[in-house]
Parts: sequence; C-alpha cells; structure tokens
Amino acid sequence: MAYSDKVIDHYENPRNVGSLDKADPHVGTGMVGAPACGDVMKLQIQVNDAGVIEDARFKTYGCGSAIASSSLLTEWIKGKTLEEAAAIKNTEIAEELALPPVKIHCSVLAEDAIKAAIADFRSKSPQHSPVDHEVPQRLSA
Amino acid sequence: MSSTRPIYLDYAATTPVDERVAEKMFRFMTVGGAFGNPASRSHSFGWEAEQAVEEAREQVAALVGADPREIVWTSGATEANNLAIKGAAHFYQKKGRHIVTVKTEHKAVLDTCRQLEREGFEVTYLDPEPNGLLNLDTLEAALRDDTVLVSVMHVNNEIGVIQDIQAIGHLTRSRGILFHVDAAQSTGKVPLNLAQLPVDLMSFSAHKTYGPKGIGALYVSRKPRVRLEAQMHGGGHERGMRSGTLAPHQIIGMGEAFRIAREEMGAEQERLRMLRDRLWAGLSDMEEVYLNGDPVHRVANHLNISFNFVEGESLIMALKDIAVSSGSACTSASLEPSYVLRALGRDDELAHSSIRFSVGRYTTLEDIDRTIVLVRSAVEKLRALSPLWEMYQDGVDLKTVAWVAH
Repeated sequence: MAYSDKVIDHYENPRNVGSLDKADPHVGTGMVGAPACGDVMKLQIQVNDAGVIEDARFKTYGCGSAIASSSLLTEWIKGKTLEEAAAIKNTEIAEELALPPVKIHCSVLAEDAIKAAIADFRSKSPQHSPVDHEVPQRLSA
Repeated sequence: MSSTRPIYLDYAATTPVDERVAEKMFRFMTVGGAFGNPASRSHSFGWEAEQAVEEAREQVAALVGADPREIVWTSGATEANNLAIKGAAHFYQKKGRHIVTVKTEHKAVLDTCRQLEREGFEVTYLDPEPNGLLNLDTLEAALRDDTVLVSVMHVNNEIGVIQDIQAIGHLTRSRGILFHVDAAQSTGKVPLNLAQLPVDLMSFSAHKTYGPKGIGALYVSRKPRVRLEAQMHGGGHERGMRSGTLAPHQIIGMGEAFRIAREEMGAEQERLRMLRDRLWAGLSDMEEVYLNGDPVHRVANHLNISFNFVEGESLIMALKDIAVSSGSACTSASLEPSYVLRALGRDDELAHSSIRFSVGRYTTLEDIDRTIVLVRSAVEKLRALSPLWEMYQDGVDLKTVAWVAH
C-alpha cells in the first residue's frame, strides 16, 4: 500500500522519540492499544505549573501510520495547554497525514494516548484538573 | 523510486519466468508460430499446437511421477483446488458429505470448503502441531464413516513446512477416503513421485516454479480411478473435467518450467539451502528472534521469522530495499494477525512480528549479505521506538499487563 509523504517523513525521522521519568510529578504517561491488536502507543507529557505541555515523548509499536500519528501528535501538543491538547481530534491527525480508511484507527489511538497521558498527569496533580466554572447562585435580596 | 530495484526475496509469492521458458512460450503465439487451437482437428495448425500441449503434459507428469493422462490443465492452483475439492465432494456426495482439512491451508482450499459448508457439507478444520505439522492421530480421530475427502497441503506457503503426505495418504487410502494435496509450493523444491504416493488429487501451479502466471494443473489419479464433477462446462476439453480452449503458450511455459525444474532441482535446492542457512545464521543471533514452523521438515528456500516487539508492517516499511512479505495482515481492516501463525498457537505479538523470506533462482550471496545488514538495522531502529521492547528490557512480563484493547 502507498503511504503519504508525511507518513513516510514521520516514520523515517520520528520526532520526540524516547521516555520521560514516569515517577516525576510533572510527567503524565498514557499507554494505549494492545500487542494483540498490533499497536501499542506510549505517550508522555511534561507539564509546567501553568498547565502548559513543555515536552513530549513517545514510543510506538505498530505500523508506519501508527508511528507517524504519534510522532505528529508530540509535535502538535508541545507548547499547548492541557485543555488545548485534550481538544485535538483524531480526524485532524488523519487529515494531516492523509491516512486511508483502514488506518484511521491509528489516529484514534493517538487521540486516546494524549487523553490518557493528561488523565494520568491530573491524577498525580489534581490542582490541574478542569475547574467547573459554575455561575454562583445569586442570593435573592 | 530509486533506480535500483529492491532485492527480491518473495519467491514463495511468485517467481520470475525463466528466460528459457519465456523464449519458448513466444513461439506459440504469433502468426509465424504454432498459434493454432489444440482442439482443431482439421489442419496442421491445430495438430502442431496439440502436439506441443501433449509434450508439455508429459513434462509436467515427469516432474511429479504421474501418467500424462492424469494431468488436467487449469488456470492455476486455485482453480485446481476448487476443481478437486468441489468436484470430488459433488461427485461422491451420495457416499458422504464430510470433509477434513487443516486450519493452515491456503485460502483457495479453506474458502472452497466454506462454500461446500454453505451447500450443506460438513467440514472439520484441524489444528496443526505448534511446529506446523499435522499429527496423524489428530487426523485419524477426525475421520468418520461419512468422510469422503481429506485435503492437506504439501508445503505450506507461509511457513514452508512439509507435511508427511505419504503417511496421510496411507491412512486415508486404508479408510477408502480420497486424499487431495495442494502442492503449489512443492514443485522443483521437493521430489514427488505420484506413482508411489497414495494421493488421489494434487494441485500444481506454474508461477511458483519459474513458469508463467495463469496456468496450473490438477493431477487426477487413474489407479485407483478418481472421478470429478466438472466445475467449468463447455466444449468438453480435458476429458470433460475442465472445458475451455487450452492456452498453448501458457501450457508450454509450464511444461518447460517443469522440465528445467526436474533437471536442475538437485543442484538448485542445495544452493538455496546454503543461502537460506546463511540468512538465518546472520539474523538468529539477535535477541528475541524466532523461526516459525518446523526447523527440519521445511523447504530449502524458506524462512518465516518473528522479530519480537517489532510490528511486521512497519518492519516491511523499513525494509523498502527488500521485497518480502509479512505474516501480519494489518493492512486489512480486521487487524487480525496471520491465521496460519495463530493456528500454530503463536502469541499475537509474535504473529504480528513475522516476516517471510523466500530465496530463489536469481538470489545471490551478495543479496543475502545485504539483507542481513538491512534487517538488523531496521529491527534495531524499530525496537528503539517500541514501548514493548522497552518493557521487555525493564523485565516487565507483557502477559501480566492489563492492555486497553481497542
């Protein structure tokens, strides 16, 4: 099957490959997929006190599209707030990499990975959990 | 695309046509050649085409130890498998409607059996042993009074193991059950002598043995006599078993390819075994590398290797200078790994990590040495990217991890 130039570029020169210290309270780790399904993605984010992703690292076991999806994702999320990163949709990844229909699950996995990494980080640092901006009830005079 | 072509190591998928074969085929097409219809009885154009077709039939029969009258031309091994299995099942259905085959068979056998199931036949699909070979006791236990046909392939296309068709045939013959063998991968690699083998039906392909694509044959035993219901109806060619104008250029190609195979098989297989063993020696000292299929009962040109913690499709992508195929079927929407490796009981990871290397007539020593370098560096690169490899290095048992399947 033919891969798009962008998939090949990310596959041949993957960005941000590696691991961060899982035990670091500023690091969130997301691991999604299963060996039985042929792809496993590990995504790690390092978040500063302002809730901005300063660094990201990935390792992926899977086809070229899975590797490219996770590599692209690390590029996109660096410098984003947790809220912005959580808003990334798999369709944006699939579109950017021109993934064929049989490879859409690779982009879904990448979206799952960032969501899992954010959830892991927030479980460690609850102060970064999304605040419910409820409108305070006005007391009747 | 680079100007140099990749190293071709996918001879189990198909082979190039030998130049000697192509040259001979060309003499049976154009106006100056023997282009006649072999069924034309009224002029010399037909006679000369018929004579060439019959010579080719003798050449095919000679390679496999059959009588030329036992060879029926088909469009390939898929059609031969269809004709053998459906043809025998339909003809003998009054005797019984149960068929036995193996889960590692080619799809041309498995899908044909599925079709017969839709027609009301019963099919038993046997599990092979972890080495890919069929246990005779397993087979014997599956045979019933209404079993009419057993179909077991000789050489497996994906893992290269050779089944003991002599022993299987003795068992089926003693029970009065027909035995069909898909031998598409065998010709030119393993000696066959159907005069001695207790086999009733055997499928052949030309293009796995340096002949053209689009032509094959079915051996239909005369002693004991096996009868088939035709699947293709028309002019009654091939003694009514397979109608359709014969394709002399294809048939002559298959005949010439099988003639060459018969003459050169001994020396060729020795050379291929040397190349194959060199490739295995160059790769097997890496960590977590596994050979799939029995190490001894296998054809000389074939290796199926799992590189643990590396996914097969990405490995093929990294090996763009080598033409190989993956046991992983990740390109299909199902994400199922190879059904053959699954049937051997291989873990999903190993099934997803498998690559088939098959060497052939035009493979050189330099090809093998270059392949070893390329594969080693690709596996190292992908392992550096693999979270599974990282976990393995950290001593994590992957079977204990609660994976989030999707």
